[in-house]
Amino acid sequence: MADITKTNRRDFLKIAATATGGLLIGFYWSSCDSPKVKVLSTEEVLSKAHNFNSFLSISPDGDIVIYSPNPELGQNIKTSFPMVVAEELDADWSKVRVLQAPLDTEKFDRQLTGGSGAMPHSWERLRKAGATAKYLLMAAAAQQLEVDQATLTVEKSVVTHKASGKKLSYGELVEVASTMEAPEEVLLKDPKDFTLIGTPVRNVDNKDIITGKPLFGLDFYREGMMHAMIQRPPFGKKIKSVDDSEARAVNGVTDVIQYDNFVAIVGHSTWPLIKAKRRLKVTYEAEGNVESTADHDRIMKELLESKEARTMRSDGDVEKAFASAAKVVTSEYQCPFLPHAPMEPMNFFAHVKGEEVELIGPTQTPDAARMQTAALLDIPKENVTVDITRLGGGFGRRLRADYVIDAVEVSRRINAPVKVTWTREDDMIGGAYRPAVRYRFSAALDEEGNMIGYKLRGVGLNAGNAVRQDNFPSGAVPNLLIENINYDSTVTTNAWRAPITNFLAYAEQSFLDEVALATDKDPVKFRLDLLEKAKSSPVGAVNYDVDRMIGVIKDAAERSNWGKDSNIKQGFSVYFSHRSYVAQVANIEMVNNQPVLKKIIASTDCGIVVNPTGANHQVRGGIVDGMGHAMFGNLVFEDGSPKQKNFDTYRLIRMKEVPDIDLNYIDSGFEPTGLGEPALPPTGGAIANAIFAATGKRLRSQPFIEQQEFSDLNLQMFRS
Amino acid sequence: MANYNLHVNGKQIEVDVDEDTPLLWVLRDHLGLVGTKYACGIAQCGACTVHVNGEANFSCVKPISDVADEKITTIEGLSKDGDHPVQKAWDEVDVAQCGYCQAGQIMSAAALLKKNPKPSLDEIDEAMNKNICRCGTYHKIREAVAMAAKTK
Repeated sequence: MADITKTNRRDFLKIAATATGGLLIGFYWSSCDSPKVKVLSTEEVLSKAHNFNSFLSISPDGDIVIYSPNPELGQNIKTSFPMVVAEELDADWSKVRVLQAPLDTEKFDRQLTGGSGAMPHSWERLRKAGATAKYLLMAAAAQQLEVDQATLTVEKSVVTHKASGKKLSYGELVEVASTMEAPEEVLLKDPKDFTLIGTPVRNVDNKDIITGKPLFGLDFYREGMMHAMIQRPPFGKKIKSVDDSEARAVNGVTDVIQYDNFVAIVGHSTWPLIKAKRRLKVTYEAEGNVESTADHDRIMKELLESKEARTMRSDGDVEKAFASAAKVVTSEYQCPFLPHAPMEPMNFFAHVKGEEVELIGPTQTPDAARMQTAALLDIPKENVTVDITRLGGGFGRRLRADYVIDAVEVSRRINAPVKVTWTREDDMIGGAYRPAVRYRFSAALDEEGNMIGYKLRGVGLNAGNAVRQDNFPSGAVPNLLIENINYDSTVTTNAWRAPITNFLAYAEQSFLDEVALATDKDPVKFRLDLLEKAKSSPVGAVNYDVDRMIGVIKDAAERSNWGKDSNIKQGFSVYFSHRSYVAQVANIEMVNNQPVLKKIIASTDCGIVVNPTGANHQVRGGIVDGMGHAMFGNLVFEDGSPKQKNFDTYRLIRMKEVPDIDLNYIDSGFEPTGLGEPALPPTGGAIANAIFAATGKRLRSQPFIEQQEFSDLNLQMFRS
Repeated sequence: MANYNLHVNGKQIEVDVDEDTPLLWVLRDHLGLVGTKYACGIAQCGACTVHVNGEANFSCVKPISDVADEKITTIEGLSKDGDHPVQKAWDEVDVAQCGYCQAGQIMSAAALLKKNPKPSLDEIDEAMNKNICRCGTYHKIREAVAMAAKTK
């Protein structure tokens, strides 16, 4: 159905640009209280320095420019956001140019990349923006042709009056369109009439990427800027002494500065800084807890036994259920800290000019960069500008502004523009990791194998809430207790792609497999039976849509021929996160008597798929990411610092290790519900359950390859 | 400091840098050729891949003194207008997610196809295993290399 939707006239700006004859229709991506009308030249609008950027412009030549406000780190937002505007506008996509907008909290809403939330958040306002602009252009055409607007049709930026055969292009209409009144309400398309949404559209930055143009923060250069690198302390330690004599002697180094717990090396180019950093002698002494992985293991195991835990959810009488159980299944699962390790290391450019600061670089939260800079320097936030470069990956790491502050700290001390670059080693040992977590799951089963009780206790090191108390199987079990314990570690943590659920999903889905086996039920049927209970007689609040979860389970089971080929050992997993649903089946086949992970079949319900190429990238990439870190990712701490400092010891998944991946999307009719993260959580569980099906060995900790069970089997997991 | 006469992308360029400076940093900081990426600095990930006399090399560990007389090609010089068959395949298959590693991937693939114009999928995997993609675009990389091999 086509929807009539209310617009807010004040959301729209119509701008006549006189200088070049170009005309622009501006709109706010978010609602704004005061109407603003400005007359600008095209140059002014296109000039990034100007404080007006939330617009789509159509030139008399028919060229369309759309600003994309959210940071692009590979999630395809810079391509898919403008697609939504262009769809409702019926624009000729080949004439659309997309520009990255700088930070502007007045014009843009939620200008950040995180939580897989950009598309769900902006879907309707993007459509309204496109539809309103289209309305104005059609009104202009009706006036110019002296016909009823309802008799006009639009295709690829051209308005046609069928009866007379007259055609007017958007470029020819912009001048009159700018005199039209914005409508009270606009008609949005019926999704079945979409012509651009749902078609594969190539990344708008492809040409620059494949020819090596400067796109990323690390590529940013400005005449006269200095370079800097920073030596950071191990966790729980502070500087005792600094001997910088050898570092200063390196040709190209101009300064070595100590501030707080950091030592910054400044120079004219990057290589001298790397050399000087190796020659810098800093000794440290304990300031807080200096932790090792052995400490972390002990702390998590002890806390699992603690009498004090925060109750996150309690349904029914769980103690009674366990006391009366015919069978109890209990298991513990654990994961290590993990670095985000985006390919582009942390870096940022800052120029502190007295009371004003210019920031340029890769950030998932430009507003946090600005606010922390303003707070540090005690200046109004309006005095800080942030330009966003393309991000060479993020995975949550660039939600933290510590590396932006590095650049601000150095720039204000040397009174010059500076780009701070972290080495890979800095990135690996510099913190803000996925937290280490240990879970204990227990299930109480009655004589018939019904799960009458369920307990989960999570212990996390700087994990905040390590459980998701309202997720499946909550709602499907009459007696349930979910508890959380957080330990304040000196090791810093941060959101890591699909925070918490990136490991919790694996642990839960593996445990549910254990419970299914204990009841002699097929793992898929076991999950479906639970979901039927959550649907027919839900217990407490349920934050997931039972039917959508059942939909992906059934689709994945059907397309994987679940349980039908005895030569293929399969593992099942399903998870709801970031508003979307993904079920996965891992297929293991015996090759030369060795189990090989051949294929992963995924079914996704993310609502309407905006750009199939982008969606496939996110799901396939999420699976590869989930598999790689479940298999290999490990960060072992000794004396407050990780032992793995680069990709020689920290193993990332490579080409030869990825299985075939088969994708499908459920056409559920929902609006887009997030896709940057939801495909990652189910993968570890699907693989671990397939390994159990193939070998009878249950992997309860990550990384898999370092588990005794894995090495005992000498598993040759990979395709080639 | 020493003076080097480099052959980069068909041009002769003079630079004055310390002899231990890796080719990567000469390209990026001294010649402004930032398409070649820094990611690990220890020859583990392939983001810095360039061609030295047509062969794929990790520029992050190649001291400038070793390559002064060699013919160096970077992503910027692989083709005039981004129309090398590998670049075209990368666009058509729409390989990139974040895009940071892709210049290195393209340089590795171009070097492979020069040596082995019709590689099998296993040979593609073997050659491309040197390059890490943190976004996990491996399936698309394989598809694009195979496409470039067909169209070459």
